Amino acid sequence: MINFIVESHDGQHIPISVPEGISLNLMEVLKASDYDILATCGGMALCATCMVQVLKGGQQLASALDQELDMLDRMPASDDKSRLSCQIAVNEQLEGCVFKIAG
Amino acid sequence: MITTDIGIIGAGPAGLFAVFEAGLLKMHCHLIDSLPQVGGQLSEIYPQKPIYDIPGYPTVNAQQLADKLMEQTAPFHPGFTLGERVETLQKLADGTWLISTSEGTEINCKVVVIAGGLGCFEPRKPEVDRLAEFEGKGVSYAVRNPEQFRGRHVVLAGGGDSALDWSIFLADIAERVTLVHRGDTFRGSPDAAEKVFELAKIGKIDLYLKTRVVSLDGAGHLEALCLVGPEGQSIINAEHFVPLFGLSPKLGPIENWGLAIDKSAIEVNTTDYSTNIEGIYAIGDINIYPGKLKLILCGFHEAALMAQSAFKYVYPDQRLTFKYTTVYGITELQQ
Ligand SMILES: Cc1cc2nc3c(=O)[nH]c(=O)nc-3n(C[C@H](O)[C@H](O)[C@H](O)COP(=O)(O)OP(=O)(O)OC[C@H]3O[C@@H](n4cnc5c(N)ncnc54)[C@H](O)[C@@H]3O)c2cc1C
Ligand code: FES
Repeated sequence: MINFIVESHDGQHIPISVPEGISLNLMEVLKASDYDILATCGGMALCATCMVQVLKGGQQLASALDQELDMLDRMPASDDKSRLSCQIAVNEQLEGCVFKIAG
Repeated sequence: MITTDIGIIGAGPAGLFAVFEAGLLKMHCHLIDSLPQVGGQLSEIYPQKPIYDIPGYPTVNAQQLADKLMEQTAPFHPGFTLGERVETLQKLADGTWLISTSEGTEINCKVVVIAGGLGCFEPRKPEVDRLAEFEGKGVSYAVRNPEQFRGRHVVLAGGGDSALDWSIFLADIAERVTLVHRGDTFRGSPDAAEKVFELAKIGKIDLYLKTRVVSLDGAGHLEALCLVGPEGQSIINAEHFVPLFGLSPKLGPIENWGLAIDKSAIEVNTTDYSTNIEGIYAIGDINIYPGKLKLILCGFHEAALMAQSAFKYVYPDQRLTFKYTTVYGITELQQ
């Protein structure tokens, strides 16, 4: 199992475990876990409604590609910790990471 | 006041195709959209992406589909009010509806079709202290009339195409143009970025990279902005601030019209996509029912059933008989 943590708006840490080898991205996992994420564009890095902040473990994730960086650049409230969750593949790299859903 | 048979709120694919289905039944339509162009998500979010699940089109670009829908509705001469948001919906004594927009436009119609998709596209607002206070008093989220900036100092913020394009455009009009960007690169459009760097070098644009606008100041009208960048805090004097961070959809006024709403969508009866309020229909992404899929082709289907049902409000004395377009063709509507 891959284990990571989602920090809720009131600061609570909620653990999420997903089996290895699934081909989902983080946005899909968060949606499936009933988090209130719009994901208007369905994961195409076009809407930024799936933005998260990586509070812990950012360096261990695969770095963002140009299209994601471009989208993040356009957001008023993004910073160095911001990522689009739809562009983060769920795999072993997520072990121990802490994410916070933006907005 | 504009008078029509069907007032359609939202000019995305569902709203546009509703014009066609209504037109076949000789019903006139007027479309209202808060965006300055038609096409909804197609033209606003992914104009250049190919779509593969439109029947009969193995692949079609989103913008191309919007253009084709416009072509298809042309014989029915729909009216358009674009760039205005529908604020209120009011039932009149004679049973018709009055749609009113943010700019005061009024549309009187017999049937209302809400094809509002994910809601109104509204500007994304940055977190800047006192931003709301100066809205309309120096702060705006789009460049509507560039001439208003002539001889003024305008500060733009953002890292996308529109921030770059407007910086270049306004450099020749405004007294000073300042562009503030939180990053130090512009990935979206390298050509425009190069031009902006060039203009910055010759002093026509003040470029602040890795910088944010944090607060605004002024007595009544905007007078100064506080920026925070690598060198710390600085204050610049300017009369105008235009944050350009794109648009994002919000349900908006639709929430307040007394409709049954579940998770930001309008509940409908799937026999005809009518809502809990007589004479109001909801089609496309805005509605919800068991099994709902947010697909363009589902919106098209819903538009067809809606039109058959809406006929009774427009022509209460006539009986509707179902006809194929292959049998009767398309009869142009009188304007
Ligand atoms: C990136 C992306 C890819 C997609 N790919 C596909 C695909 O391959 N196949 C597919 O079938 N679907 C796809 N979709 C979904 C498809 O685009 C939507 O289902 C479709 O656009 C819905 O059409 P609509 O007319 O219901 O609403 P929209 O296209 O959302 O249009 C609604 C319009 O209503 C306006 N509006 C709302 N409220 C108001 C108001 N109060 N006043 C004035 N105007 C208002 C909005 O401004 C908007 O323009 C995709 C969507 C995205 C974002
Ligand atoms: S879902 Fe749209 S950017 Fe991630």
